[in-house]
Amino acid sequence: MSAVSLAAKFDDAQLRKRQELVLATLGAVLPPQALLHRREDTVPYECDGLTAYRQAPLVVALPQTEEQVAAILRICHHHGVPVVARGAGTGLSGGALPHRAGVTLSLARLNRIRNIDPLARTAVVECGVRNLAISEAAAAHGLYYAPDPSSQIACTIGGNIAENSGGVHCLKYGLTLHNVLCVKGFAGDGAPLEFGSAALDAPGLDLLPLIVGSEGMLAVVTQVTVRLTPKPQLARCIMASFDSVEAAGAAVASIIAAGIIPAGLELMDKPMTAAVEDFVHAGYDLNAAAILLCESDGTAEEVAEEIERMRAVLQDNGAAHLSISRDEAQRLRFWSGRKNAFPASGRISPDYMCMDSTIPRRRLAEMLRAIAAMEGKYGLRCANVFHAGDGNLHPLILFDANDPEQLHRCELFGADILETSVRLGGTVTGEHGVGVEKLNSMCVQFSAAELEQMLAVKRAFDPSEILNPGKAVPTLHRCAEYGKMHVHRGLMPYPDVPRF
Amino acid sequence: MPDAPLQRLVDQVRAAQADGSALCIRGSGSKDFYGGPLHGTRLDVTELRGIGSYEPTEMVITARAGTPLSELEDALSAYGQGLVFEPPRFGGGTVGGMVAAGLAGPARASVGAVRDFVLGMSIINGRGEILQFGGQVMKNVAGYDLSRLFAGSMGILGVICEVSLKVPPIPVDQASWELPCSLEEALRRSNQWVAAALPVNASAWEAGLLRVRLAGARAAVTSGGARLAREFGAQSMEGSEARQYWDDLREQRAPFFAAAMSSARTLWRISVPALTPDLDLPGASLVEWHGAQRWLLSDAPPALVRERSVRAGGHASAFHSPGARDQFQSPLSAPLERIHRSLKQSFDPSGIFNRGRLYPWL
Repeated sequence: MSAVSLAAKFDDAQLRKRQELVLATLGAVLPPQALLHRREDTVPYECDGLTAYRQAPLVVALPQTEEQVAAILRICHHHGVPVVARGAGTGLSGGALPHRAGVTLSLARLNRIRNIDPLARTAVVECGVRNLAISEAAAAHGLYYAPDPSSQIACTIGGNIAENSGGVHCLKYGLTLHNVLCVKGFAGDGAPLEFGSAALDAPGLDLLPLIVGSEGMLAVVTQVTVRLTPKPQLARCIMASFDSVEAAGAAVASIIAAGIIPAGLELMDKPMTAAVEDFVHAGYDLNAAAILLCESDGTAEEVAEEIERMRAVLQDNGAAHLSISRDEAQRLRFWSGRKNAFPASGRISPDYMCMDSTIPRRRLAEMLRAIAAMEGKYGLRCANVFHAGDGNLHPLILFDANDPEQLHRCELFGADILETSVRLGGTVTGEHGVGVEKLNSMCVQFSAAELEQMLAVKRAFDPSEILNPGKAVPTLHRCAEYGKMHVHRGLMPYPDVPRF
Repeated sequence: MPDAPLQRLVDQVRAAQADGSALCIRGSGSKDFYGGPLHGTRLDVTELRGIGSYEPTEMVITARAGTPLSELEDALSAYGQGLVFEPPRFGGGTVGGMVAAGLAGPARASVGAVRDFVLGMSIINGRGEILQFGGQVMKNVAGYDLSRLFAGSMGILGVICEVSLKVPPIPVDQASWELPCSLEEALRRSNQWVAAALPVNASAWEAGLLRVRLAGARAAVTSGGARLAREFGAQSMEGSEARQYWDDLREQRAPFFAAAMSSARTLWRISVPALTPDLDLPGASLVEWHGAQRWLLSDAPPALVRERSVRAGGHASAFHSPGARDQFQSPLSAPLERIHRSLKQSFDPSGIFNRGRLYPWL
């Protein structure tokens, strides 16, 4: 049994002793203001964006330099103290949930932009730099950093690396992986590591795609070299309403079939449209079963050509109403509802749980019908936004967290959505990550052998299992307890056996 | 349940695992010359072929590893889609080999690497287990990205059985332009044009001549070309001559490569940050990817080539080196080498797959 798994079972007295040890050893390499342990100081770090799950860490460390990060890791590794890395704490799957016997390693103070090279179109930034801050710094050169998760005003690039974050524009501009050249950081034992290169490839195995999306479990990233994209000259958006979700889904398929890759392609269902119209008053069609926002960006000539092609396809697919933004102000107004889906939902319900999964685009109508049936089964409403371009679905389940019975039903509703996504040929997480939230659902998406292979990969990077233990990849023991069966590629095992 | 061709492969892997004997994974053999020397009994993947599913409206195709690239590309072109990263076929080529070798052609700097188009795959690991990672959708962060790890892995981690690939539309229009200039000017110009949002899709510089391919929407290609002519004095290349040029470059049929493949000198593939100044190494060179990929045909000592490449922030691999196939890739830092050994161990505990194909010690 590893030192880390022993630590998970410490009683209060052992935890106190451990805290003293950690404070003493880290205190030798960090100034006092970089170490927090009093409850009133560590409370803000007890959860990330998944606020239903809270845990006080032993200590929060706030290094300012890479050398300090390395020193913290060496010390923790030596003593078998788990380390949970944290950026801005905006994650939605509990990836930064602290370990009760561990150190929360806040990387927010490593926030310097080291270099911007406008001709090479790259920026070298520390991991704590906010996503939007990169674009703001690059703007003077007519460049920006393309991946735009909704939390971009607050989230850090290090966090984006951990989750392989997407955003509205990722169909055309790619995920974080496609916009990063190189990351530097440290292994769990403090050894320096570099993945990728300022060149377009590096010797040996391509480990960059392993690190991106690894939820802080394979290495601690301290510096990122990102690719910058020329800012498009202009953007225009079409808002189209449809009488049925099937028609909207067919329109999406036709756009792709026509060889068009929109800069953005988003769908809101009727309940979501009602919620956001009430909030932003953008003039959405409240009778529509689905609203589609379809955006084109580029030079003036490119946009003119593409908008006309998009308009024709949407019209041919039975769009009941169709508006094309005539200026930037109107374009932003079209988007305002979609971008305010969360606060709008917060107005009509005490709480909501935002789900995240991906399905093949063509199964959208089927999925929404399944969700409508689940509303009846669990007695809760659900409004949906859909990254129609890439099949990434965000159902928002509305409930009242003050009623623990509703929270429980909400969690069952969420798990049902995830398992249905796998059955339809999709995945349990499109962009928010697994964290703690979806550990059980991983048991449904992957076989025992596949999970074992992932656990072995983790051990290859972090043999002492210091980094963010207990996240992302469930143990087989946990899967056995959860009791669900692996659903393989939309096919139920033993299809002839009756289901209870 | 695995069908017969897949089961035969699983059985062969399990037998090799049992006695620790080496297996040499092979499709059409188009990349036999590439990487470390071939070891062991052939594990023939060519029987495992066929397009399992193709959804043009999802931009996804799923094909078994032994499917010839020509068959795949024919299916895609019927719907105006394609392998936009332009993998070389070298007269043959299978889906699995394309992914395992990880080679991409002239468009790579503009559209991405092989890895960026892999959505998921099924593999046989060294324990004879059939595993599936990733899926058929782009937005997928469930677990570690093990399917993309296999791109460029030279078959050392497992047998690729089936791959799902993102297949975007091929550009509607293209036009090529040429401009005499020095290497330094070529690096600056091609990167300036990309930064100015011209639809640059490929570039190649050789012997004082820069050629660029613009590709994308008709309006963008036309106005972009007009700008190149007006502001830089670039000359238009005739359509079919241009297509032939880029195709020859992709397939390494161009005179530069023909000379390289019949030479005793090493053909180096040097990968450096795009704006790296001339590395000042002896031999003939051809520069692609706006400066990021530099071919060098040279008998300079390997240590010198690697040292200059590393100092520039990149690396050099011996792309074609018939006399010395044990020096394929540049060395790794100690922590990275440890991770490589552990990863290999985690997938292939008996070390049966493609021994020595990536590094002699792996």
